[in-house]
Amino acid sequence: MEKIAVMSESNQALHPMCDGCARAQLIKMGINSGKWHFAVALAGNPNTGKSTVFNALTGLRQHTGNWPGKTVTRMEGLYKYGEYVYKLVDLPGTYSLLATSEDEEIARNFILFGRPDVTVVVVDATRLERNLNLAYQVMEIADRVVIDLNLIDEAERHGLEISARQLSRELGVPVVPTAARNGRGIDDLIKIVSDMATGQLISRPNRLKVYDSQFGQAVGEVTRSIESLYPGLPNARWVAIRLLDGDERIEKAVRTGELLNMVRGQNGDPAFALQGTAA
Amino acid sequence: MSEQATTPEELLSRADALRGELGDSHSRFIEDIYQQAAEVADKVVSQTGQAGRFNLDRALDRVLTSPVWGLPIMVLMLGVVLWLTISGANIPSGWLATLLLDWVYNWLHTAFQAIAAPWWIEGFLVDGVYLAVAWVTSVMLPPMAIFFPLFTLLEDFGYLPRVAFNLDRAFAKAGAHGKQALTMTMGFGCNAAGVIATRIIDSPRERLLAIITNNFSLCNGRWPTQILIATIFIGALVPPVWSATASMLAVLGVAVLGVGLTFGVSWGLTKTVLKGEASTFSLELPPYRPPQILRTLYTSVIDRTLIVLWRAVTMAAPAGAVIWLLGNIDISGVSIAEHLVTFLDPIGWFVGLNGVILLAYVVAIPANEIVIPTILMLTLMVGRAAGADAGVMIEFDTARETASVLVGLGGWTLLTGINLMLFSLMHNPCSTTIMTIYQETKSLKWTTVATLLPVVMGLITTGAITWIARALHLV
Repeated sequence: MEKIAVMSESNQALHPMCDGCARAQLIKMGINSGKWHFAVALAGNPNTGKSTVFNALTGLRQHTGNWPGKTVTRMEGLYKYGEYVYKLVDLPGTYSLLATSEDEEIARNFILFGRPDVTVVVVDATRLERNLNLAYQVMEIADRVVIDLNLIDEAERHGLEISARQLSRELGVPVVPTAARNGRGIDDLIKIVSDMATGQLISRPNRLKVYDSQFGQAVGEVTRSIESLYPGLPNARWVAIRLLDGDERIEKAVRTGELLNMVRGQNGDPAFALQGTAA
Repeated sequence: MSEQATTPEELLSRADALRGELGDSHSRFIEDIYQQAAEVADKVVSQTGQAGRFNLDRALDRVLTSPVWGLPIMVLMLGVVLWLTISGANIPSGWLATLLLDWVYNWLHTAFQAIAAPWWIEGFLVDGVYLAVAWVTSVMLPPMAIFFPLFTLLEDFGYLPRVAFNLDRAFAKAGAHGKQALTMTMGFGCNAAGVIATRIIDSPRERLLAIITNNFSLCNGRWPTQILIATIFIGALVPPVWSATASMLAVLGVAVLGVGLTFGVSWGLTKTVLKGEASTFSLELPPYRPPQILRTLYTSVIDRTLIVLWRAVTMAAPAGAVIWLLGNIDISGVSIAEHLVTFLDPIGWFVGLNGVILLAYVVAIPANEIVIPTILMLTLMVGRAAGADAGVMIEFDTARETASVLVGLGGWTLLTGINLMLFSLMHNPCSTTIMTIYQETKSLKWTTVATLLPVVMGLITTGAITWIARALHLV
């Protein structure tokens, strides 16, 4: 699969939208190895329904199962909406970006180094607090984030009411309630993802202002070192934070040069990943 | 502020030094995220209605994960799934056999004779390639088409994490990771998939245990073998009314023995070459969800059953060709197959199997699915050549007729049947699984261990059973 550059000027006056007809315009392209314009990552805790969302959009039939750990590999599929083709990447579930097992590492490496144009964090509406931990971590490192508030039907059955609008205000990113199993909200999700990919919708993730002066300085210093050692490495700041935390896997990746391999191969094309730093 | 690092080593030592200076403050990053998440969740979520389903889930969990009922219910469920598979597969298997092995097979022969094709082309294509494919299809398709949907329904329902919960203590005692229950269950579908599933286990030691023992989960290529042999040799011991139940219990026994071996071998490895303590982990018990029955039927029949069947067919076609060649190329007047079987027979006799079975397991390394067709074809070829009964026609409409070939031509006994079931549980993984093990471990050593350990165990077990039976004059 090959990425096609999209000129941002051409985005104007596209997507004449009508309510509820997003899915009518959706063309599920399955595993078609053609060219694509935007890469969209599906991240989230285990068993929140990422694969179900993936199937709804790409028309593929990834196996889904009601247990955490069902997906252990990265699965890619294409769909077309409007005039652009989107590469959707289904990732193994992960509770945090501090990966400890191999499936979590696959998810983490893509979120960090795969440079998705949009990262959709699928959260379980019935377990919002714990799911938000990952959402915040993703928002720390990505600008274009959409929250898919999935399993909203289960939350309703449990008598839970969740204000998507207020959640969106708190997080600074769009929040789309969905029940992917029966297709509810998928229309909105397609449209929001498309708007964000094409730049019609801009989000400003509410990042934490946690860096006290000493820690902030240390992160800054290590980040600059990483940037000069590995020009073009995405998310150098995250790598810096992990090194300061003494993450042995990241230390090993730096020592053996594997860090560069993590970046390569995330989008198939090794040259692409380390080209120019501007996103 | 110091100057920037210019080598990876400098970078690491600088980060190390800074970490020392910072003390505990670096962990505030994650702590603050947790606190923030809690505050926001508190603001946007409100409990309005009754939480009815939580209670239903809890009531179910109280039974399904109860210390008393959890295990028996698990075995019972597996038994029900197997019973439905065995009793349900019998009739369609017979139809398929009549269609493919009787009608189409004879029609193909007539057709080839009509166009006056040379005998070796007819034999190679019809008695070799076609026959193996037809056998695989009629033996495998019906049980898989029943087993897979039932298994997937349980998976969609949310039962698998409960299995892990029930077995967690046992795995901990064996020094293994509790999530091994999940990879073991995936192995019941396909061992290669089970080995990939071990990625969810974060400790390398425990992941190796899960990889090495995954082969003790009977995979879809082996269920049909178990079912057929149990039907022929165990089901025949009781009145016909009880034959499905008796066969089910025999297969269930082998499956449960496999689980037992998983624990035993994990424990043994933990005490010897893979020493260590079981690590702790958390596993969510997701809510029970009513399975989407139609979608499950569709995906498990179309995606899973047909894909697995296709794999079996693509393996069976060349295997059928090889078997036919082995049976029809003569060296000093005797076919290669006979030479090999004659050579392997004494070894087979020693461990209570026979030369045909051993040769079949060599031919079937690419896929367990083709063991039974290979055994049948070899038995027929070698048996006929030996002049046992030149008039035997190939008509395997029912298990009984298959039995007559194995017993009549192959000289099988109840002991051979039992030993084959055990050897099917304990032998090398198929080549796909072996390659997957290498890809996941990147270790020649552990791949070799995972490949040879089960074969050695299998030969020792069947050998021991055979010699005990012989000593007690049971055979």
